Amino acid sequence: MTEKSFPSPYDQAPADGAEGWKELYAYNLVFQQNRREVEEAKFWFCDSQHWPTVTKPFETIGFEFAVSCLGQYNTRHLLIPPANGIEFRIHNGYVFMSPVGVPESEIAARVPEFMARAGHYFQNWDGLLEQWQGKIRGTIDELGALNFDALPDKVNINDVTSGKGTGPNNDLLAQYDALIALTYRAWQYHFEFLNLGYVAYLDFFSFCKEVFPGIPDQAVAKMVQGVDMELFRPDDELKKLAKLAIELGLTGLFGNTANPEQTLAGITAVTGGPEWIAAFNDAKDPWFNFTVGNGFYAHDKYWLDHLELPLGYISDYIGRLQAGQTIDRPVAELVAERDRITEEYSELLSPEQLAAFEGKLGLARQVYPYVENHNFYIEHWTMGVFWRKARQLSAMLQEQGFWPDADGMFFLRRDEVREALFDYVTGWAVGAPAIGPSYWPEEVERRRVIVDALQKQRPQPALNTPPAVITEPFTLMLWGITSDQIKNWLGDSDAPEGEFRGMAASSGVAEGPARVISSSDQLSEVQEGDILVAPVTAPSWGPIFGKIRATVTDIGGMMSHAAIVCREYGMPAVTGTGTASSQIVTGQWLRVDGNNGTVTIVLDHADADHAHDLSLAHEAVIQLEQALDGPVLEGSHA
Amino acid sequence: MTTAPYIQFFDGADAPRHDLLGGKCASLVALTQAGMPVPPGFAITTASYDAFIAAAGIEQDIHSMLAHLDADDVAEVDRVSAQLRYEIESRPVPAAVRADFVAAYHALQARFSEPVPVAVRSSATAEDLPDASFAGQQDTYLWLNGIDDVTEHIRRCWASLFTSRAITYRLKNNIPNEGLSMAVAVQKMVNARAAGVAITMDPTTGDRSKIVMEASYGLGELVVSGLVTPDNVTVDKIMLMVVKRVIGDKHAELVPDPANTGLVELEVSAARRAVLSISETEITAIATIAKKAEKHFTCPQDIEWALDRDLPNGQNLLLLQSRPETVHSSRTKTDAAGPARTTGYGIESITRSLLVQAGKATD
Repeated sequence: MTEKSFPSPYDQAPADGAEGWKELYAYNLVFQQNRREVEEAKFWFCDSQHWPTVTKPFETIGFEFAVSCLGQYNTRHLLIPPANGIEFRIHNGYVFMSPVGVPESEIAARVPEFMARAGHYFQNWDGLLEQWQGKIRGTIDELGALNFDALPDKVNINDVTSGKGTGPNNDLLAQYDALIALTYRAWQYHFEFLNLGYVAYLDFFSFCKEVFPGIPDQAVAKMVQGVDMELFRPDDELKKLAKLAIELGLTGLFGNTANPEQTLAGITAVTGGPEWIAAFNDAKDPWFNFTVGNGFYAHDKYWLDHLELPLGYISDYIGRLQAGQTIDRPVAELVAERDRITEEYSELLSPEQLAAFEGKLGLARQVYPYVENHNFYIEHWTMGVFWRKARQLSAMLQEQGFWPDADGMFFLRRDEVREALFDYVTGWAVGAPAIGPSYWPEEVERRRVIVDALQKQRPQPALNTPPAVITEPFTLMLWGITSDQIKNWLGDSDAPEGEFRGMAASSGVAEGPARVISSSDQLSEVQEGDILVAPVTAPSWGPIFGKIRATVTDIGGMMSHAAIVCREYGMPAVTGTGTASSQIVTGQWLRVDGNNGTVTIVLDHADADHAHDLSLAHEAVIQLEQALDGPVLEGSHA
Repeated sequence: MTTAPYIQFFDGADAPRHDLLGGKCASLVALTQAGMPVPPGFAITTASYDAFIAAAGIEQDIHSMLAHLDADDVAEVDRVSAQLRYEIESRPVPAAVRADFVAAYHALQARFSEPVPVAVRSSATAEDLPDASFAGQQDTYLWLNGIDDVTEHIRRCWASLFTSRAITYRLKNNIPNEGLSMAVAVQKMVNARAAGVAITMDPTTGDRSKIVMEASYGLGELVVSGLVTPDNVTVDKIMLMVVKRVIGDKHAELVPDPANTGLVELEVSAARRAVLSISETEITAIATIAKKAEKHFTCPQDIEWALDRDLPNGQNLLLLQSRPETVHSSRTKTDAAGPARTTGYGIESITRSLLVQAGKATD
């Protein structure tokens, strides 16, 4: 058992200039002074996988809905025997989580309940999932129909003559309430299947660990995962559009994609252009509902709202195709590799074990696509619509003088937004100015300063004393918070200077210059042959995955999006290194070993000469590796 | 039937015959023919030994001296052993046998730009059988230079059939002396930077999804004979990923002396002891070759390997031996992978897994 501890949240001073930050958030989200004893008794880890940067007051809706709905399914719908939900707090602007176990005495009684409830879903998976598709699309449609136009000077005459009896103020408040309620609903759908996906995966995982002690986590992931998921459709659509542009002879029109209207108009005007535009429009809905972030921030850019992003990627793909490169994911190789791995393990099992292996694997493979695809429907599509609507509302209130900038509303808590809205409709009703414009601009500015100050300080990886062993299944699977990981964070790692250890999330070995990216806005800096180092990655970074040699992240387990995506692109990845992105500097020459989960700084500064030598060294490594698969081992000795 | 040859090169076209080549040489021929990187060399076949014994006219003497021996009478066994070995080491080799050997030795040397040292190893017909762990009962002579030195040690190998240990072993295991013969391997010496063994299963658990390797600096003899504590690395056989590393003390290494005339045992520095003797790339290469050997021979293998410091990286891994793993491979598949608590599938097993994972179930 480790004797070291992480700091208590009660002993940590806020960042300079962030004094009073707690008042930005709801009382139930912060560590309250009079609860010190209760809160210090729990172990909290920072979820920088989903919330890598400071969460503004309105943005707490993301973790409040997501994490409470996760808990709701464990605790109230499915009655997962040993696991309730996950408590969450915000500390110095970052999100911390603490899993809630089930008292020993209550576990047995939950078993039959769980079996009846979860068992029903597993037995009726396909039908219920089809129903889910209908429910989530219906919810997205309802969200899409919301509208936050400013109130008219006078009530429409028809509403008067029809005897409607209520005004547009009523509708505006209802629309806001619907925005929140529909999103809450979508997050419940998010977890309707996800937890089940994880437990089926966990069952197969545990079996593999038992019959093949020490089997790499990656082996289990590779046997289960699909290769043709909806989550990869957006990127695949871009590749198709790039090929179509070449086929139709339109490649000259993608030179400058910074102005999408102009680019698209240029394409429409030429022969073959309308055909391409039609294909582009088809792909747009729904596949461009794809964020460069992760769906949890108001500033997330969605392709649909920023067509320069997909157009830029298409232009990149065209260039690579013209240079003779392959841009498709190695789907056939991935399938062949998955089959090989499955077959080789199968061959080692007794008939009885084989039946269990195949049964569990079959179920895991049936439920697994949801584990990847839900991300598109909720984080990308639903949240894309949600943020678009929220931005519309914020901009409308900006026009009404509530705040000077378009994003002002996100510095208010969602209940304060409702207060502000009521203030606005009251002013409209009374015929006197609302109070907001003389209150919020200063307050929003004050809060912005605090958020900026919080942003300057990185969070602790965890708080308080960790348990001897982490056993909670979701903490292990989703977040990759293992006992080893905690040791790493505490500085107990035996890794030598200049080496980082994490999860061997996707196999292969690569060397190259580091490119440290802390936000998706820096994606355009990524160069061919770089090794991407980031706190966390998003599925929508797919288009740059063709350029890079490997990926390194600070946080994330085998099932994190970075891990899934790298496996799907057949690229080495080490996830959950803890601190790599804050310690590695762009330009350092790295070696990433996705088989062993290590990242090594080979050279501090890859200056021009060294870079040249090293790329020769890299060539040698590649040759060696090719040789190891081929003629060297076959070869003669003469 | 044609007369059996006195010599067979490992990379010749003839199929390996166990009776002619003995276990070790048959395996080296099979490995070479399977495209494995085996150091070049040749077998002095059992036909050579048989011709030598026939020419010496001592076959009847051997049988009568061994006939009524008591395995527990150590002094008598030692006396008979000494006499038989003297008989063998003092007799001349028949001219035809010698001529073929000399030609083969020169043919081997002609493959290199300068004279290379060789290893001479016995290859008994009763050795290395799957159900008789006879390994190590016969002799190995390393780093021999020049034809006279080699000839002398070939005779010593032949004589090693009659060491006290070998005689006692045969007596106790009821292995008859009739038809006893021996082949000898003459093989280019590997100038090993690191060497060791690998088993294509986990011998402690019987888990066949693992490859367990031991590695140490210098020639592999110190690992094989247990004179150093080697590095121990466990690799997942299917993924070829390292799942466990234990750094061994490896206090000594066997390397060529500065004049290159023989071997010398040196102390290994503290810094080199503290790190693995093989790189990650080399671990993968060794695991790959072990897996290939297992696939070729269709049963778990116990291999000896070496990394030759005279060969370029990527081409320096050599396979010295591969033989069936005899301790665990007789176990059935059921226990090979260990008993599983989470058998079955569906909601019952999912529930059980959740409870086991959370440490809330004992079974």
